[in-house]
Amino acid sequence: MKTMVIGVGNEYRGDDGAGRRVARALAALDLPGIEVRESSGESLSLMELWDGADKLFLVDAVQAGAEPGTVHRFEAGAEPLPAEFVQQCSTHALSLAEAVEMARSLDRLPPAVVVYGIEGLSFEHGNQLTPTVARAADEAFEQLRKELTEP
Amino acid sequence: MNEPTDSQPTGESGEAKKTRTIKVDYLARVEGEGAMRIEVKDGEVTDVKLKIFEPPRFFEAFLQGRSFREAPDITARICGICPVAYQMSACHAMENAAGVRVEGALRELRRLLYCGEWIESHGLHVFMLHAPDFLGYESAIEMARDHRDIVQMGLKLKKIGNDIGILLGGREIHPVNVKVGGFYKAPCPRDFAKLKEDLQWGVEAAEKTVQWVADLPFPDFDQEYEFVSLRHPGEYPMCEGRLVSNRGLDIDVAEYEDHFEEEHVPYTNALHSVLKERGHYFVGPMARFNLNFDRLTPRAQEAARAAGLSDGRCNNPFKSIIVRSVEILYAFEEALRVVENYARPEAPAIEAAPAGSTGCGCTEAPRGILYHRYAVDAEGTITEAKIVPPTSQNQKTIEQDLWRFVPAYIGLSDDELQWHCEQAIRNYDPCISCATHFLKIDRHNVSSKR
Repeated sequence: MKTMVIGVGNEYRGDDGAGRRVARALAALDLPGIEVRESSGESLSLMELWDGADKLFLVDAVQAGAEPGTVHRFEAGAEPLPAEFVQQCSTHALSLAEAVEMARSLDRLPPAVVVYGIEGLSFEHGNQLTPTVARAADEAFEQLRKELTEP
Repeated sequence: MNEPTDSQPTGESGEAKKTRTIKVDYLARVEGEGAMRIEVKDGEVTDVKLKIFEPPRFFEAFLQGRSFREAPDITARICGICPVAYQMSACHAMENAAGVRVEGALRELRRLLYCGEWIESHGLHVFMLHAPDFLGYESAIEMARDHRDIVQMGLKLKKIGNDIGILLGGREIHPVNVKVGGFYKAPCPRDFAKLKEDLQWGVEAAEKTVQWVADLPFPDFDQEYEFVSLRHPGEYPMCEGRLVSNRGLDIDVAEYEDHFEEEHVPYTNALHSVLKERGHYFVGPMARFNLNFDRLTPRAQEAARAAGLSDGRCNNPFKSIIVRSVEILYAFEEALRVVENYARPEAPAIEAAPAGSTGCGCTEAPRGILYHRYAVDAEGTITEAKIVPPTSQNQKTIEQDLWRFVPAYIGLSDDELQWHCEQAIRNYDPCISCATHFLKIDRHNVSSKR
């Protein structure tokens, strides 16, 4: 059973770095049997990255219209992600949610997938999270840590 | 950042019933943020605007004061899809300024790296962005449900391109192994063992891809264009050659700015590049193909002929998907040739240190010619930089296509017409991130001209 956590985002675009912050905090705990990775979010590389995982946790900043700092959690293994997540802040061709849906179409989605979406406030240039979103990232980290360590 | 609203068909009818506005607020399946607006009155197109609202990105300004050595890595950051193109144009410009040439195995490695980028970029466009248009899918995700084997093949092809980038560039997206004069580290022939097998598979798969795209339904839309590309005496062009066109242009790269100029257009954040004498022109795979068919491998030529481009010509931009697929095939064959003949160079780079000089370079990015010019002072510090990416060169031609396309298909419903117009834009695989790399400052008003 391979469990993987991927923190997704661009740490040079403000709150878009939230997913990576969570991944780094988790990696520092060095939890046994849990592989922690980071990704820029390019969908095809993401699919490569999670190939072979049985349980996958994806953590990313999102713009889904909620209050900045909201932590969303979705089980994406069986159900498609909500529509507001499929169009995200990524200006590139395919986003994280599209990677999940593409993998589903191609039968390349791990059996269990959980997406943590941290509602961002600012995606402008800069390598700092806004304080609200930094707190939300810490909250997401704590939730995820519990989920990974408490049966 | 703008709120993505996806491409929503609005099809406003306006007060007068005979006025139609076809607009897309947020173009899907292109790189970056852009919009399209077309106005039709009484069956006549009265206005076409391709708007690029991704903000300007200041690269030319902040290259000033940096060392010549930094140009390849700084400019690579302009684009996550074609960083190699920026690195190659920057290196060639700096080597030109230093009066040196990179030859032999190092030159071959550059070609291999460029093949990787063409494969990756064209692979993304052919399978993920463009093919869904022809098959009537909103996205590649939907297409993948019905055409799983094709999409899987496309992903595998594209991944081999990525692998070349990782092997030679040191990492996936913004390669870090390229330097003025060559590379920081040159691979050993044994590093290519796995790649060689993948490339052999890729040649076959790419040939199948050409056959597959040849059967897509294409609108009838042959146009007369001025195609501009590099032309090299012995090879399909990547890094070197003269700049030529099908209307008589035949110049050294150093003469580029004598013949081309960039215009500021108020409604878009990207400059429009034009030929001073004749206006808009067309760069990219179709230009390379039309001007260099005889430089393709026999197998790529044959695949193109079998796909209906029988005389080695293609004037229908909707068929650019065939041309891109032919270039993928060529890139696999060329990469395999380099890998099979490779012997490790004695040094990973040659000395190249420009001082108190100016140099320019022009290479064939996946989307077409990418021109760089730098002036450096006696210490090798950049004092001036100019970059002209392919998408700013094609913008005016894209608009011209829409001016001509809409009247021919005016009978379609707004939704259908919008669909085809978006497709007409995607024919060019526009890269909006590249097109907005510039900064134009009006020094008297101290405000950014946008």
